[in-house]
Amino acid sequence: MSKIRVLVGTKKGAFILTSDGKRKQWEVNGPHFAGWEIYHLKGSPKDPDRIYASQTSGWFGQIIQRSDDGGKTWNPPGSSPEELKGPDGSPKGESNKFVYEGEVGTHKWYDGTQHPWEFKRIWHLEPSFTDADTVYAGAEDAAIFKTADGGKTWKELPGLRSAKGHLWQPGAGGMAVHTILLDPKNPKRIYIAISAAGAFRTDDAGKTWKPVNRGLKSQYELPDPEAEVGHCVHRIAMHPSRPEVLFMQKHWDVMRTDNAGEQWQEVSGNLPSDFGFPIDVHAHEPETIYVVPIKTDSEHYPPEGKLRVYRSRTGGNEWEALTKGLPQKDCYVNVLRDAMAVDSLEPCGVYFGTTGGQVYASADSGDTWNPIVRDLPAVYSVEVQNLA
Amino acid sequence: MIRVVLPFHLRNLARLEGEAQLQIEGQATLRSVLGALEATYPVLRGTIRDHVTLRRRPFVRFFACEEDLSLEPPDFPLPDAVARGAEPFLIVGAIAGG
Repeated sequence: MSKIRVLVGTKKGAFILTSDGKRKQWEVNGPHFAGWEIYHLKGSPKDPDRIYASQTSGWFGQIIQRSDDGGKTWNPPGSSPEELKGPDGSPKGESNKFVYEGEVGTHKWYDGTQHPWEFKRIWHLEPSFTDADTVYAGAEDAAIFKTADGGKTWKELPGLRSAKGHLWQPGAGGMAVHTILLDPKNPKRIYIAISAAGAFRTDDAGKTWKPVNRGLKSQYELPDPEAEVGHCVHRIAMHPSRPEVLFMQKHWDVMRTDNAGEQWQEVSGNLPSDFGFPIDVHAHEPETIYVVPIKTDSEHYPPEGKLRVYRSRTGGNEWEALTKGLPQKDCYVNVLRDAMAVDSLEPCGVYFGTTGGQVYASADSGDTWNPIVRDLPAVYSVEVQNLA
Repeated sequence: MIRVVLPFHLRNLARLEGEAQLQIEGQATLRSVLGALEATYPVLRGTIRDHVTLRRRPFVRFFACEEDLSLEPPDFPLPDAVARGAEPFLIVGAIAGG
């Protein structure tokens, strides 16, 4: 019997929700790391019981946690006495040490001046498909780090910040690498996205990166229609069978590319608003995608107070509202960019969490929804694991 | 022996019940006490002071004997009562935000 594990990061801790394959009855476990902001948790595709978590605090900074037993117990990686002893006999404790490589450098600040990079937190953790000890981490201020030793130590891939980093500028939500997509067919290709710099791609396993933002239009934020960077990309998503096809929820506009980001076109179609944060792809139908329209960038809640997921079965442009089981009046929550995920059961399960603390699940590709849990702290991230 | 009181979240992180008790060689200063604390509980590295610059994180404060020592230099000698273990050295999460 298959089992589903949903990993939920919230403003005040992590929660683990489990169910059998019917996805009707759920067990809620948590909070883990109570009182800390948990930006993201993600399990290793290679070893699903290996889960990484980003635990942060405005007071005490960044902590990385790792579980090797499916979330029952957690430790900062390298926390056994032997693992913590350095070559000179001094203690280490470097699983939360994220230091930019070389000269720190500067990026564009709100007033147009240059401002030095300052590490704040890890927004997103992306474990490798093939090695449970290898994980990529997306940081604020925007950079990508990599561990090859299970999170004990981290090293920046500095080529990303060389991709016109001096022109990147934070938006109101900060300047973070919030999306990391590994190409399942090409281990040297990775896509990342940054608010408010845009989407970037490497084809050499992270040594060099290039902006892939052609076709994006941000007329109010970026008057230059040819601007290579500076676009406020909220999320990108791919289906593993077609890694050259990407879908994007931008600040405004839903976009797609069919050539690995070389050219994007808008597919917002009949959406009631094309502003939003998450976007995801059906596990079995590469042209079926999901977004959650949000009224405007000034009013971060659904249009008309109705929480609606929109589904396109045509890769965009034609959208249908999915409302069964979702509140259709007086609903003013938001759904953040990392807070939607799909499982790969049949039919495909779709999950999302809200800033009001609800986690909704659909076991029928979005046709109907039920809350798994209603009163968590604000949900930052949702990931799903299929367990045998 | 130096007694150190940690804030709730750092106590949990270090899996410490009650005070940390540290042996310091030489003079007890902010630097030597924090160094000994991190050596005993490496998981605390980076949570009280920056990994590289060793500067105090902005919303962490240091107190001892009813004095705020947060702005003192790293080699500031701690009060004799702290050095003798009669009074604890307090690491406090600042009241920051609503």
